[in-house]
Amino acid sequence: MAENKTVRFVITRQDQPDSAPYTEEFEIPYRPNMNVISALMELRRNPVNVTGKQTTPVAWDMNCLEEVCGACSMVINGKPRQSCTALVDKLEQPIRLEPMRTFPVVRDLQVDRSRMFDSLKKVKAWIPIDGTYDLGPGPRMPERKRQWAYELSKCMTCGVCLEACPNVNSNSDFIGPAPLSQVRLFNAHPTGEMNKAERLNAIMGDGGLANCGNSQNCVQSCPKGIPLTTSIAALNRDTTLQSFRNFFGSDQV
Amino acid sequence: MAKNREFAYRRLHSLLGVIPVGVFLIQHLVVNHFATKGPESFNDAAHFMESLPFRIILETVIIYLPLLYHAIYGIYIAFTAKNNTGRFGYFRNWMFMLQRVTGIITLVFLAWHVWETRVQAALGADVNFQMMENILSNPFMLAFYLVGVLSAIFHFANGLWSFAVSWGLTVTPRSQRISTYVTIGIFVALSVVGIRTIFAFI
Repeated sequence: MAENKTVRFVITRQDQPDSAPYTEEFEIPYRPNMNVISALMELRRNPVNVTGKQTTPVAWDMNCLEEVCGACSMVINGKPRQSCTALVDKLEQPIRLEPMRTFPVVRDLQVDRSRMFDSLKKVKAWIPIDGTYDLGPGPRMPERKRQWAYELSKCMTCGVCLEACPNVNSNSDFIGPAPLSQVRLFNAHPTGEMNKAERLNAIMGDGGLANCGNSQNCVQSCPKGIPLTTSIAALNRDTTLQSFRNFFGSDQV
Repeated sequence: MAKNREFAYRRLHSLLGVIPVGVFLIQHLVVNHFATKGPESFNDAAHFMESLPFRIILETVIIYLPLLYHAIYGIYIAFTAKNNTGRFGYFRNWMFMLQRVTGIITLVFLAWHVWETRVQAALGADVNFQMMENILSNPFMLAFYLVGVLSAIFHFANGLWSFAVSWGLTVTPRSQRISTYVTIGIFVALSVVGIRTIFAFI
């Protein structure tokens, strides 16, 4: 009985970054516990569409296969998520796969998330510790705070929050929720805090924090459950204070 | 536009929506509510507002300039968004979409409302109970006024919610949830005031 069971896929494909997208249907044999990635691997082994025609294998991105790298994100049945944790048994069929169109499509389901990494550079999402001599150990972080910060550090730059955000699109420069939350993470670190103002001023630039329109789709969509909207509201408070400091404060850095 | 002004523009937009435009909205609704006490009371209240000293300066600084800024920048914000309530039908996403839709409806309504009352007053018409009675005797205009006033009130109440987030007053999910209830209360209360006033002219 199991050998007759199949899984149906409707996949949005695109051959070139600038060519027109089209959909192709596939039907593959069912195996217990399969996820979207193992189904795509099956398609790669035998790239034949539902009409029995030989076609090119579907291209997609993947890496860790355990939902920590963020590479395999795609839109599955209308919702952006990681394909490695999308279990076929829990999905309505036909399973519709689309690329996250917020990003430039490279090919088929593969997108270019470079803009997110550029944003992390823009907001200085790191802790500068290099010196010309040994700077010694930094200040210690309370354990409770470390546990709290760990939640924010789970961000894997997967792009799901940008895909869900109505204000991240081709009309706007909004960097999106993920890099903003990283500012909060690095500003909370006892050593990172030393560059707090730099990061806040960076997100007060064009395409920054002010572009958030509070649709709160990001926090609903984040696969890691990161409190993105709390981060954004907290940064709103920090930037309010920072803007007063910038305007009424002294020239002290 | 100059570079890196977006933050200031956006915060100014948020501030002006509440102070003074939102405050004026409440005042306008409350003063008009005199209509429920009869034509006499309404005309007295309207004439008192008209006879305030420095009227044109007050109107320009408290209403026209802030409202124009809020409206024009608001159009830009509304059309920058790519609404996706179909894919993400969450409550806040609906509010996000409605905030933009009611903003545009309110703008259309206000353009008409200002033309029909304030501009006509400048051209010599007397803004009084009878004028509103005439306007609202047309069922189409009645519906237009109901939709316009409710849109404005929704836009203000939901705007208060996002004002509190945008300035970092409500940070935690709990405070944002309570703020949702409070702003729903404000929406209902002001709607009662607005609708009662409109029906007082009929």
